[in-house]
Amino acid sequence: MPAPPLTARGLHKRYGETTALDGFDLEVEAGAVHALLGPNGAGKSTAVGVFATLTRCDAGEVRVAGHDVRRDAVAVRAAIGLVGQGTALDEVLHGRENLVMFGRLHGMARQAARERADELLEAFGLADAADRKVSTYSGGMRRRLDIAAGLIRRPALLFLDEPTTGLDPRARNEVWQAVREIVAAGTTVLLTTQYLDEADQLADRVTVIDHGRVVAEGSPGGLKRRMGGDRVLVTAPLGVDVEALASSLGGVAEPGLRQVVVEAGPEGGAAAVTAVVRALDTEGVVVDDILLRRPTLDEVFLSLTGTGPTTEAGVPVPGASRPAELHPATEGGRS
Amino acid sequence: MTAVAATLRQSWIITLRDLKHWQREPWTPVFSVLFSVMLVLMFGYLLGGAITIPGGGDYLPYLLPGIFALSMMFGIEATMTAVANDTKKGVTDRFRALPISGAAVPLGRAGADLLNSAVELTVLLVGGVLIGWRATGGVGGTLLAVALLLWFRFAMLVIGVFLGLTIRGEGGVTAVQVLVWPAGFLSNAFVAPESMPAWLGLVAEWSPLSATAAACRQLFGNPTGASGGFVADNAVLLAVLWPAVLVAVFTPLTARAYRRLAR
Ligand SMILES: Nc1ncnc2c1ncn2[C@@H]1O[C@H](COP(=O)(O)OP(=O)(O)OP(=O)(O)O)[C@@H](O)[C@H]1O
Ligand SMILES: [Mg+2]
Repeated sequence: MPAPPLTARGLHKRYGETTALDGFDLEVEAGAVHALLGPNGAGKSTAVGVFATLTRCDAGEVRVAGHDVRRDAVAVRAAIGLVGQGTALDEVLHGRENLVMFGRLHGMARQAARERADELLEAFGLADAADRKVSTYSGGMRRRLDIAAGLIRRPALLFLDEPTTGLDPRARNEVWQAVREIVAAGTTVLLTTQYLDEADQLADRVTVIDHGRVVAEGSPGGLKRRMGGDRVLVTAPLGVDVEALASSLGGVAEPGLRQVVVEAGPEGGAAAVTAVVRALDTEGVVVDDILLRRPTLDEVFLSLTGTGPTTEAGVPVPGASRPAELHPATEGGRS
Repeated sequence: MTAVAATLRQSWIITLRDLKHWQREPWTPVFSVLFSVMLVLMFGYLLGGAITIPGGGDYLPYLLPGIFALSMMFGIEATMTAVANDTKKGVTDRFRALPISGAAVPLGRAGADLLNSAVELTVLLVGGVLIGWRATGGVGGTLLAVALLLWFRFAMLVIGVFLGLTIRGEGGVTAVQVLVWPAGFLSNAFVAPESMPAWLGLVAEWSPLSATAAACRQLFGNPTGASGGFVADNAVLLAVLWPAVLVAVFTPLTARAYRRLAR
């Protein structure tokens, strides 16, 4: 049986007063997408740095494809592709030249590197921009070229550190699609993200990290069940009895907000919206607004650790997670 | 492929990449040549009339070897800026995550910078000949002088890589750009140390830049501005030793700076 792509045990890493990793463990299975989910400063990039032989940890053991990252760093590097948090491309070289250079440094012959570069440029929709300086690329193009550079030698394990942060929804979808294709081609992917829905979309397994420790691990579905599911928020107009509305919808009233919160059952949010709309129709009540709200990273952390994500100083981070996702159930839900 | 051959191959790939930067953005090397030309015009023609060389001789043939050596020293900035940029942009980390020899990136950088400086030196030598400077020390002496200039450049290169890895940010780069000036003037590049106050003259006489410039003057058969003494008598030896000392000191420091990136 081949060695697992990655096993990490008891990683510790301090930067002065800051503890970046605090007894972190991780096991990545072959052929899967494993997401490392955590807020700013959780230790995601530090962990990836240790896995990719860029950062030495103070204590703990990491094996990548069976090789120890300290003793056998070169063998580890031959097995991995790294796409770091910031794009790391030569801005002056053309897109194709970047790929060919990284391929040649991986030991590929010139012709083989060129062919592989063309293949990747085509696959990532960069063929038209292949002979332009990277400094003329948009953020999304850079990110895709960056990922292509990490794939030049078909690594066994690819690290993607926040691959979609800062991308618009369309570019994000392109990156997601690329990740799915990478996995279909047989590469194992470890990706870090701050976004619950990204982990949900891509990952087979999710490890939630905060303050350098694993706070939860499981399948996306399992984690979401532990974190509480979707919720439907119904806003009643003035003059409607919110308490009565709550009991007829099977929810909880928040009179101050004139709002009723209905927890979705195991069938999920869409079914809950349908049920709410049907009930409102039967009752003949016209409401101001219906929102489907999914759990946010804040809530994940609240339910997992009892505290929200914090900065090093212990102050809650307001922007640490994406704002609540608002689904277009609103318009359709008016009755 | 042996480890050495693999390292050389990887270094050459990096050298080609670094050279492509000069080719795509030629302003850095072009300005650096223009800068040396400007120094020759300023000192050779504007100020030179007021400068006399101890022991006699014209100022221009005294000045030019000093400018050659100085331009090699200024190469430290180009090296440092390129290394600092790669580190800042994350390119250094990407190289570090590749299965290549740890020596390949600095060696590649060295190859590119030395080639670049060799071209610059050629332009300056030819320019010197055009304004009347002559190397009269024979082919052997002339070639040895060029080799010593590039050897000095190599030492500056090692220091430049070290600085590029250690000082981050624009402040550090500016500090070095400013500090090379006193280092340039506190030498025999522009005037003979004998004309300086005694203790300053001593420091200037013993600077690595002075050793290379003095050796070149002797080998090119140009006025040396020195009337004897240990440094003047052993200029070529010092021009070999000084860079060797700098390389011996800064190579381990540079290796340590690379390792510290993993902190
Ligand atoms: N080179 C460094 N020097 C000092 N402190 C560091 C360094 N790198 C990381 N840290 C600290 O370690 C902690 C973990 O940082 P890390 O970059 O791993 O977080 P992250 O989960 O990747 O966050 P983000 O989502 O913001 O990228 C933070 O408190 C950070 O300030
Ligand atoms: Mg990070």
